[in-house]
Formats: sequence, structure tokens, C-alpha cells
Amino acid sequence: MIETAFTPFQSLGGGALIGLAAVLLMGTMGRIMGATGILAGLMQPASLSDWSWRAAVLLGMVSGPIVVMLITGEMPAVQVPISTTMLVVGGFIVGIGVTYGAGCTSGHGVCGMARLSPRSIAATLTFMLTTAITVYLIRHVFGA
Amino acid sequence: MRLVLSYLIGLVFGVGISISGMANPAKVLNFFDIAGAWDPSLAFVMGGALIVTALGYRFVLKRPSPMLASSFQLPTRRDLDMPLIGGSAVFGIGWGIAGFCPGGALPALGTGRSEVFIFVAALLVGIIAAKALQSMSLRTRKVA
Repeated sequence: MIETAFTPFQSLGGGALIGLAAVLLMGTMGRIMGATGILAGLMQPASLSDWSWRAAVLLGMVSGPIVVMLITGEMPAVQVPISTTMLVVGGFIVGIGVTYGAGCTSGHGVCGMARLSPRSIAATLTFMLTTAITVYLIRHVFGA
Repeated sequence: MRLVLSYLIGLVFGVGISISGMANPAKVLNFFDIAGAWDPSLAFVMGGALIVTALGYRFVLKRPSPMLASSFQLPTRRDLDMPLIGGSAVFGIGWGIAGFCPGGALPALGTGRSEVFIFVAALLVGIIAAKALQSMSLRTRKVA
């Protein structure tokens, strides 16, 4: 377990930028800003023009930390408090879950909730609950 | 124009994720660890993103169409079904294990950290496996 500092202002500002990106993508391309949907569309492209805007969005996302480093002089922190095995297991499970659930934190949690979509509200409540239960079990029951 | 805008929108998202803390598994896991090293920052990420998206969508979706596409592509389903709830529950288990969600991990690739690449590789394998399972069960249903 790694202690992390409470960062209300950065987190609120970062969240507002995530929201701004979602609004801009809807206003220009008419699309939901969901990481799952954008990734799935990259893997099974409907057409070249459909693939290319997704690839451009992904490239922009990946440039994010680099731009932050250029401005602040520091790379955003990535602290991984778990083993490589757990990382692989977790990644695989996330991939299965978001495909069946048709969305993740950005698609359901931000875009869908903002539209008051009943499916997204149900999905978000469900994954927030199972994430909390999983963290509780790992940290306080199995004591990893 | 489309691609430059898509890149910039991805960049806004990636910068937002980077400064919000969503790219940092330690911070994400601590948000869910209310009984332990609790860090409430991520509530501010969700709050900031939801307020901006909800207000921005109201404005944007009033227009007849997006600027660079013929129509808004919004999910229309409102029913809750087993894949949605089950998939979301499974996603939460993976998120609780790894601390990365897809929207946090994709921008984090830009930090160049090997853990992020391992997670994203496992995520892609999970997505491919789930898509294969989905098309298999679809085929059996058609035969039956």
C-alpha cells in the first residue's frame, strides 16, 4: 500500500478537462468519449475514416503526460503497488468486463451518467461497488 | 482538420487524466480503500468531469448535428440486461486488482512506464477474448 496525498484542486481541474474533451468530441465528431469504445473501434474498424479519428484521439491521449512534463517539468506519477502477475490478471479481467459491459469509467461513468442514461448509471454503480469490494478483500481480508 | 481536432481532443483528455490522478493506480486504489489509506481525490475528478459534461452536452446536443459528422451517435438502449451488469461487475473486479481503468491507462502509456504497457497488453487480450466469446455465443444462438 502506498499513501497518496489528497489533491482536490488538481483532481477537480483534471476532471473538468476530461469533461471538456467529452463535450468537444460530441460537438465535433458526434461521439461518446469512452476509452473502451474508442479502443474497440480501433481493433475492429468500420472504415478508414472511422479508424483514423480514433487513432488520432489515442495519439493525443498518449501525448497528455508528455505535455504535462513539458509544462511542469515533472512526469505525472504512476505508482503501481501490485505485482506484475496481478497487473496482467487485472488487465485481462478489465478487458472482458468492459467488452460485455460496453463501457468503462469514461464512457459510462462520465458521458453516460451526464446524459442520465439508466444503463450507464446502473453500470457505474455496479463497477464502483465491485471495485470497492475487491480492494477491501485484497487489502483487509487477504492482507496483500 | 478532423484528425488535428481529434488529436487535440485526445490531448485535452490525456492532460486531464494526467493531472487528475486517474493515471496513478496507487491513487485510484486508495480512493476505494475507505477502510485504509483513503484518498477522496477521485470523487473530485468524477464531479468535475460530470458537471462539465452534463452542462456541455445540453448545449451541444441542442444543435441539429455535430460540426464534422452527419449525426450524433448516441446509445439509445435504456434496458438493463445481464451482459451490462455482469460485465460491469467483472470490470470492477479487474479495476480493483490492477488500479488502472482503460481511460486512465491509455494516456499513462505516454509516461513510458513498462507497467502500463503490460496492463494495456493484457487489456487488449481480454477485449479480443471477450469479442471472440461474444461472436461464438451469437453463432450458437443462430444455429439453435
